Amino acid sequence: MNLSGRKITVHDMCLRDGMHPKQHKITVEEMVRVARAMDDAGVPLIEVTHGDGLGGASVNYGFPAASDEEYLRAVCGSVKNTRVSALLLPGIGTVDHLQMAVDCGIHPIRVASHCIEADVAEQHIGMASQIEGLDTVGFLMMAHMIEPEELLAQMQLMESYGANCVYITDSAGYMLPDDVSACVALARRELKPSTELGFHGHHNLAMGVANSIAAVAAGANRIDGSMAGLGAGAGNTPLEVFIAVCDRMGIETGVDTFKAMDIAEDLITPMMDEQVRIDRDALTLGYAGVYSSFLLFAKRSAEKYKLSSRDILVELGRRKTVGGQEDMIEDLALDMARAAGTIK
Amino acid sequence: MGEKIKAAIIGPGNIGTDLLMKAMRSELIEPVWMVGVIADSPGLARAAELGLKTTAEGVDGMLPSMREDGVTICFDATSAAVHPENSRKVNAQGAVMIDLTPAAVGPYCIPPVNLHEAVAAKAMNVNMVSCGGQATIPLVAAVSRVQEVSYAEIVATVSSKSAGPGTRKNIDEFTRTTANGITRVGGAGEGKAIIIINPAEPPLIMRDTIHCLTVEAPDREAITRSIQKMMVEVQKYVPGYHLKNGPVFDGNRVSTYLEVAGLGDFLPRYAGNLDIMTAAGLRTGELYAQQILDGEFVPAASAA
Repeated sequence: MNLSGRKITVHDMCLRDGMHPKQHKITVEEMVRVARAMDDAGVPLIEVTHGDGLGGASVNYGFPAASDEEYLRAVCGSVKNTRVSALLLPGIGTVDHLQMAVDCGIHPIRVASHCIEADVAEQHIGMASQIEGLDTVGFLMMAHMIEPEELLAQMQLMESYGANCVYITDSAGYMLPDDVSACVALARRELKPSTELGFHGHHNLAMGVANSIAAVAAGANRIDGSMAGLGAGAGNTPLEVFIAVCDRMGIETGVDTFKAMDIAEDLITPMMDEQVRIDRDALTLGYAGVYSSFLLFAKRSAEKYKLSSRDILVELGRRKTVGGQEDMIEDLALDMARAAGTIK
Repeated sequence: MGEKIKAAIIGPGNIGTDLLMKAMRSELIEPVWMVGVIADSPGLARAAELGLKTTAEGVDGMLPSMREDGVTICFDATSAAVHPENSRKVNAQGAVMIDLTPAAVGPYCIPPVNLHEAVAAKAMNVNMVSCGGQATIPLVAAVSRVQEVSYAEIVATVSSKSAGPGTRKNIDEFTRTTANGITRVGGAGEGKAIIIINPAEPPLIMRDTIHCLTVEAPDREAITRSIQKMMVEVQKYVPGYHLKNGPVFDGNRVSTYLEVAGLGDFLPRYAGNLDIMTAAGLRTGELYAQQILDGEFVPAASAA
């Protein structure tokens, strides 16, 4: 595979997806410190939002250390070349949040929906695409749940609403390189040539880097990852590793490889509450096709109701739960505990 | 059978048709008009077969004869965009408007919480909030009537098949209107609403989670009793309203997990989100009808 000379844009997720393992408690100061280091290393894009997107502050997902607005104002004001994106999940956040984020100075806005529900994002993508020069990205989550042809139809919807870039998002870290190649190649053939294509991986089956390279080979030009993999489940594609691989392969990211390693080792790893790694539960997410941010919720419910977190996760996969259904976890755990006779 | 109040349903889609099925069984409401905008719509044809007068000319098609036909209550099952105009027109003919769209022109009505107040206020337009609001706000109120709730949050999960194009195109209206209902009718200090659409097959039955944060430590016994009482109230018009788990007490958090199955009149049983809307709308209409029959309320035409 010769990808030498290909130019891609990497997008770091530490300050958004990384909020999940930090239970949304990354401080404004930590965010500013990380963002400055990313800027210095030449990372072109970073995302800053509650883990569940704008307006995610809730009992259901967790209350953050600061508001989206406080995070965004602080980070947007402290980077020179790096651009800051925000994530929005319609159903959780609204166009009011989107407008607030734009006022804070974000550049890409990324509007996410479950892979086959793109039409809930029409309102938000439509509004964003009307804002002069705003990089408007559609983000189709849990992409492993549908066939490439179905996924393409949803990508075309997002394109029709005004997205200039569409993402295939492997929220469960379930996809294998061939799956990624098939989805990306089909999308590249059928979408407008001007529409950019992205891939967002999770490392639950240790496929983050391999899947991202497969995506680039099939025609994607934006790749999400996070330094040291700080993200939900076993984390995102470890970005410093991906950058080193790109460097070896001659894929141009514009990021300084050693500086990326230093951010991962010296800044991000010390911030972790627990080592983000492929433990049994994170592996189960990838194996059973479960939304990665369910991980800590399943662990907590398992502990509280004396159940196996793997059993909870497998059942959540069997029930085809989608992103955002964190409230299902305690409900399910109560049912399982009752069935096991540990509660009345 | 006693006297009934004549009613019109505007919008012959899934909601309007389900409402019609329920209204045909009512002892207080007699549906006489179905109003649509598409001449060959199956909903209009179905209503005509059931003996209703129909028009495909929108509300304008009914206006010339609605007084003569005795229409005193109208149900709007169209969209927030056209609702205000519909309401203005039927109010001018002296009919009360029950709004099943998220337009929220009139005061909010969640039957087991504030139906009597809403009807006693003799409003000529009442709004049914949202499907998620109808399913969850009763339980927010069940907690807040026991003790102060500083914050309440609801998560409504509905099957893809039960979330129509109107809901999808304007999903923000759901989150905003429901959040407002949580504070105004539910009595919480602050409100948040989240909606999740799940495409699993077979379609999942509507499920709802209600989280309340109480100011003082929750009085477990009183809250549990209050929730159980409220369940019974809602079950009077939505028999498939089911407490799955909870209340779970965790510090100041009180969480309740529900499932809402519909009656399966026109809509499938899993679409409890739509059923609770039509059932709540009809229940509101029936209380208005009772008041009108009792001579307690005489709807008056407003200036057009």
